[in-house]
Amino acid sequence: MIQVENLTKYYSDLCAVDQISLEIQKGEILGLLGPNGAGKTTTLRMLTGFLRPSAGKVNILDFNIEDHPLEIKKILGYLPESAPLYHDMLVYDYLNYVAEIRAIDKGHKLDRIRQVADLCGINEVMHKPVNELSKGYKQRVGLAHAMINDPEILVLDEPTSGLDPNQIAEIRQIIKEIGREKTIILSTHILSEAEATCDRIVIINRGKIVADGSTESLKESAGDYRHIHLTLQNADFKSVDTLLSSLEAISGVTQIAESDGQLEVRLACRTSSDQRAAIYQQIKQTDWVLLDFHQETQTLETIFRELTLEDA
Amino acid sequence: MRQAIPIFKKEFRSYFVSPIAYIVIAIFLLVTGWFFFATFFLVGQANLRNFFSLLPIIFAFVIPAITMRLVSEELNIGSYEILLTMPVTLTDVVIGKFLAAVFFVIAMLVPTFTYPATVTVLGQLDWGPVMGGYIGAVLLGAAFSAIGLFASAMTRNQIIAFIVGMAICFILTLIDKMLFFLPRAMLGVLAYLGADFHFQNISKGIIDSRDIVYFLSVCFVGLYASYLALREKY
Repeated sequence: MIQVENLTKYYSDLCAVDQISLEIQKGEILGLLGPNGAGKTTTLRMLTGFLRPSAGKVNILDFNIEDHPLEIKKILGYLPESAPLYHDMLVYDYLNYVAEIRAIDKGHKLDRIRQVADLCGINEVMHKPVNELSKGYKQRVGLAHAMINDPEILVLDEPTSGLDPNQIAEIRQIIKEIGREKTIILSTHILSEAEATCDRIVIINRGKIVADGSTESLKESAGDYRHIHLTLQNADFKSVDTLLSSLEAISGVTQIAESDGQLEVRLACRTSSDQRAAIYQQIKQTDWVLLDFHQETQTLETIFRELTLEDA
Repeated sequence: MRQAIPIFKKEFRSYFVSPIAYIVIAIFLLVTGWFFFATFFLVGQANLRNFFSLLPIIFAFVIPAITMRLVSEELNIGSYEILLTMPVTLTDVVIGKFLAAVFFVIAMLVPTFTYPATVTVLGQLDWGPVMGGYIGAVLLGAAFSAIGLFASAMTRNQIIAFIVGMAICFILTLIDKMLFFLPRAMLGVLAYLGADFHFQNISKGIIDSRDIVYFLSVCFVGLYASYLALREKY
């Protein structure tokens, strides 16, 4: 549905987005993840036709964004970062104005405004000016704005930034609900959010894609590294190191803490298979007491940090 | 082009939502009313020449104040991004905002109909120059609005937009009075550029196509420059 080819954006000399290529299918919820300044907003701005790419192409359905910007803008709803709405308008007037620009026909308009107001939960603020709204309500009005013409594609730039946990949960619920039929692209730097809402995650760092896949496949591909935690009594680090380093799969043993005769170590394994049985067999032969023994689960967070910090 | 209509409606309405409209209209009426009636009874002539002769200079101050927020405010709060990711073209944006300013100028001129009304009660008013004057005022207002819109499209700071717009309008108004500083060869061209010169022609009641062409070309240049300024931001 959306094809992005070698999309590149330079701000004078600074390369904000560096040859990003992506293909997004209909009905996907895609999370664009990355640290601050990674190029998420710039990428979304090029996708929505707000910025002109320095190089590369964006095709949505069969339209190229440079040649047919209007056709694309008609089927695309966009919520920019921090929802910059007109300050002095009433929420109802604002949605009405958007509906008019979107050329929603008169008979249908009021119904549509009601629908999105219900969906986004903004019924009680319809007659307030936008600048009197709290951040959460502003964000919801922005979401209503993006959805008013029932767009095929919804692009949301940090839809939950600055919201409290309840509001975040509500917005996620809304996104999931819409995502059943629509294609959604959202950017975020909150990992749990991407994990909770997205089918597919693209991590970008310094303008480049560093990972692309579903949460599960990302975790699997990062599964080559496993970390195992051990807490032992009656053991000293040196002998633990010599004993466990003899196992082939273990590439490193690091001491985390030592107190009251308890030693805490972390083992780095370089295989995808589970090494816990082998480790246990080794420890059984000694007189150490095993207090704690667990494998770190690979979270999106650890993957994210590995991918975005390694060349920092 | 159709999408210019909702933009026009929204911009025009938002003038009257904020106090700006009322303040600007009040100041405009106060200043024109004062200058007109201060000498009216001394001169003892039943015409509006005094009112129309001052209009260009007053417009040069007032119209940039009307147009300064049109684009600058959007650039400043970021709503420009929302506007341009909706299915509108830059032409829609420029035309919609320009028309809003022109209609606001017309709304501002409507209360001044009381001046000719007062004059007809007091003496024999020749309506020809009055009609010409109002047509000229609308054309002049449109030309200055286009310039103000351009100034607003250049910056996200409304004060800069106001000062730049005012400076350009001011120069256009006064240029034909400064000609004695300039070499003889340039006189014809520069005199033609003077907005006041063309406006005074029309307000005498002579509607000459040259003057109309002048105002329409200033509008066109201002709007096209605004269009280019906005396209730079894409």
